[in-house]
Amino acid sequence: MSEPIRVLIAKPGLDGHDRGAKVIARALRDAGMEVIYTGLRQTPEMIAEAALQEDVDVVGLSILSGAHMALVPRIREALNTSDLSDVALLVGGIIPDEDIAVLKAMGVSGVFGPGTSTEDIVLHIRSLMGAKAG
Amino acid sequence: MNDLLSAILAGDRRALARGLTQVENDSPQAAALLDGLFPYTGRAWVIGMTGAPGTGKSSLVTALAKAYRAQGQTVAILAVDPTSPFTGGAILGDRIRMRDLSGDKGVFIRSMATRGSLGGLARATRDAIRLMDAAGFDRILVETVGAGQSEVDIARAAYTTLVIEAPGLGDDVQAIKAGILEIADVLVVNKADRPGADNTVRALRTMLEIGHPASRQAMIRHHGQMVAAPETPDETNLWIPPVIRTVAIDGQGVDELLEAVENHRTHLALEGRRTALERQQTEIEVYERLREALIQRLLAEVPADVIEAILARIVARTLNPQAAVKALLDQYSQKPKQGA
Repeated sequence: MSEPIRVLIAKPGLDGHDRGAKVIARALRDAGMEVIYTGLRQTPEMIAEAALQEDVDVVGLSILSGAHMALVPRIREALNTSDLSDVALLVGGIIPDEDIAVLKAMGVSGVFGPGTSTEDIVLHIRSLMGAKAG
Repeated sequence: MNDLLSAILAGDRRALARGLTQVENDSPQAAALLDGLFPYTGRAWVIGMTGAPGTGKSSLVTALAKAYRAQGQTVAILAVDPTSPFTGGAILGDRIRMRDLSGDKGVFIRSMATRGSLGGLARATRDAIRLMDAAGFDRILVETVGAGQSEVDIARAAYTTLVIEAPGLGDDVQAIKAGILEIADVLVVNKADRPGADNTVRALRTMLEIGHPASRQAMIRHHGQMVAAPETPDETNLWIPPVIRTVAIDGQGVDELLEAVENHRTHLALEGRRTALERQQTEIEVYERLREALIQRLLAEVPADVIEAILARIVARTLNPQAAVKALLDQYSQKPKQGA
């Protein structure tokens, strides 16, 4: 309780549908995490800077536009440039199966497509964080 | 001097972010950090911004931060949002409306959840402000959750407190509620382009005239019916909270708001007023910390089952709460010496 997991939820790129991101934010909150929601149309640099200022443990990206193969590596790189290579990166949205392994090779710890239960995401984050509460 | 401390003093943003986490978690390292940076605090001007949900606080924080940036001042923002009392989690969404500020290295935004107790929030807020202060920011804007006692607590940590209202939120009644108006150094009517803004401004002015001793003096003189008593302080000694109209989303009135804040700052700089304010805030803080420390020290000595037994007896009406507290103190705390 004294050290909740902090998660940044961001929507990079140009798609304007943030229902999914909000559902995830709510589920993580209900799991006792502190969720910083940044809103729409974030650039990789904006996401990395917000992750740095908020000192989050996890960054969750919601991407429905199909631009994940372009956006994700730039975000991972921006995070690493900001000395945030230890921050876990999760991607949710419409991701073709063949892209999942590629994304994971880029340093994404988890990819969650349509139909994922929010509980799976909570468990994934908890297992990443190990001993940390929340 | 530890590495994190020197990095914060050098303005390293990552170090500041890490230090803020330590302070929020009240971790053992936080005490050493605060100890080391305390001598470097007291330079930033701390502005508390509070008001009911929906009055546009986040947008106004953003607008004011932009105005300060245009003047070349650096700005740190501490945005407080509520923790769910049921799950301990929180959604911190203030950054959504602060999007315009991202990419500016002269701005640092940190979201903070209220977490557990009110006392804990007050402590974490003060400590977070000190870190941002030591990191060299010129202005620190603290945006509060917008409900209840936390407003007053924030006022006790800020030098200038803005209370934000908006038309059509039942202001006339809200304004009468004690506490919130009294803490205002500057009153803001945001969304002033909406219908009813004139009424809101009028309601606030009226409440100020009734409630504020300074403006009451001014009013009596104004109507010329009474001669001001000889001990009436010089008018320049009085701070009468101005009522400023703003439309945060398009920047209307923001320059006037900034001017009002800076006027208040100048006002406090004169005749030792700032020292007096800090003395008052310090007293409150020390007592709060003392209270928290004493409770923790006492409870550390009391076995959990003893507390449980006492609570059960109170519920069963075989012990009253006052007697329970007295018994706990008698048994576990060091009694004062006779005559002390």
